[in-house]
Amino acid sequence: MLTQRAKEVDRKPMTFLESIYLWNIMKGMGITISHLFKKKATINYPEQTRTFSKVFRGLHVLNRDEEGRENCTACGLCAVACPAEAITMEGAERLPGEEHLYREEKYAAKYEINMLRCIFCGLCEEACPKDAIYLSQTFAPANYGRKGFIYKKDDLLIPHPIENKEAYEAALGDKPAKN
Amino acid sequence: MADEVKKEAPANFKVTIDNITIEVAPGTSILNAARKIGGDVTPPAMCYYSKLQGSGGKCRTCLVEVAAGSTADPRPMPKLVASCRTNVMDGMIVKNITSDRVQDARAGVVEFLLLNHPLDCPICDQAGECHLQDLGYEHGKEGTRYEFKRRTFEKEDIGPYIQLHMTRCILCYRCTYVADQLTDNRVHGILDRGDHAEISTYISKAIDNDFSGNMIDVCPVGALTDKTFRFKNRVWFTKPVDAHRDCDNPKCCGKVTLWQRGDDVLRVTSRKDEWGEVQSYDGKPGWICNICRFDKKKASDWIIEGPTSISRHSVISQGHYEGLQKPKETIAEVMGGRDPKLLMDIHSISDVNSVEIASLPGPATSKTFEKSE
Repeated sequence: MLTQRAKEVDRKPMTFLESIYLWNIMKGMGITISHLFKKKATINYPEQTRTFSKVFRGLHVLNRDEEGRENCTACGLCAVACPAEAITMEGAERLPGEEHLYREEKYAAKYEINMLRCIFCGLCEEACPKDAIYLSQTFAPANYGRKGFIYKKDDLLIPHPIENKEAYEAALGDKPAKN
Repeated sequence: MADEVKKEAPANFKVTIDNITIEVAPGTSILNAARKIGGDVTPPAMCYYSKLQGSGGKCRTCLVEVAAGSTADPRPMPKLVASCRTNVMDGMIVKNITSDRVQDARAGVVEFLLLNHPLDCPICDQAGECHLQDLGYEHGKEGTRYEFKRRTFEKEDIGPYIQLHMTRCILCYRCTYVADQLTDNRVHGILDRGDHAEISTYISKAIDNDFSGNMIDVCPVGALTDKTFRFKNRVWFTKPVDAHRDCDNPKCCGKVTLWQRGDDVLRVTSRKDEWGEVQSYDGKPGWICNICRFDKKKASDWIIEGPTSISRHSVISQGHYEGLQKPKETIAEVMGGRDPKLLMDIHSISDVNSVEIASLPGPATSKTFEKSE
């Protein structure tokens, strides 16, 4: 039977050789020393980082198009999809002369994600009709205060693809491009 | 003579719509007979508005199949008919959701309506309460097959409170009927014909009638929107609350829905019935005047009755808790009057709500936020 595995405990008094534990110590040390020659399970973060899966859901990024205009139109679908209610925003109208900043006539003047609430489920990315928000392959870094976890638009926006091309591509990561 | 005719005709006509039989008065349209039954058998209507005389017959979304014309002449009608403009006959048999032809035709009509309609729902203030959006999701196809350039217009201000997005208009003519029937002189209408038809004012003449705001409520799409609400919030993040006030205007019913965010009133609309039309009171449609709609944007201006009941299938019902009772804060009581020490007060850190958006006359722009910083 599967459950009848009880072993009878040997209650005989130990012999002298047994009572000095020499063999048991050697056995234990053997296990310890053998690990010195094995491959390390840890890495030296942050000098070294592990590669993430392509579908890893990390810190949010607010996307820009190839001309560097913000994609977000403050439609609120990410906020309504968010199960943790971590996203808030305020929309505004684009003025004439701001066409190089925002892709459409409405844009998010304020956009905040409370990383203390966020559960990194990726539903905001799924809900977004404008490909404006996606979850990158980086962690939300640690912080000393709770204040630092309220990510505002400046913290979330991807670097400008023309003015700061390298940073833009680094932020983009190796995520498969969405259409 | 007239009495004799009355005796011959049956007092009520029996119609069968989707196998449900109902008796209605002669002269009732198929659509209104179906509305009496209610539920799924009611054809959708984009242009017909029961409170506006002469409306209907333009959008073709209410097409139904008449399987038998009447008891006297039981031949089926060869083509699908617009139910808002076809009156019932005694013994008529109508098929709506039970007919594949109707479903197919309606999907086609949705596609036609969406030919020139921009798919800018993420920007549009009507999204969430848009009849075309609902219709598209219920009857339309998922993708668009249209490959050509949609017709575009510049957005236009019709008076200080109303913004016209002609690109979104489906030419249902409801707003012109409002102007005709509610206001004393109409200054806007349809210009040009066919594909060039557009709604505009003559020589951009401003509409400053007391009841012009009702155009916003009758518009089935986001073509006519409230400029005082423009881009301030999404409809589903606001809380609809029934309220009323004593309005001086004798034609105004004063019964409205306030769309609130916290205690701020972001928008005032008239109350809607189950068909998305203005609620009637004592047989009279409850149109509201522009003073109620645009000028009374404080909760203290109104006597609040309670939350509006919203169908739970609507996105507006998200976060909308009817009969909600706020839990009592007990910590201060237990701690001898001392409030709990918050580890973080989100309002002191968040930039959202730094500007009183509700009190702005129009949409927020970058200038609004510059001032505050």
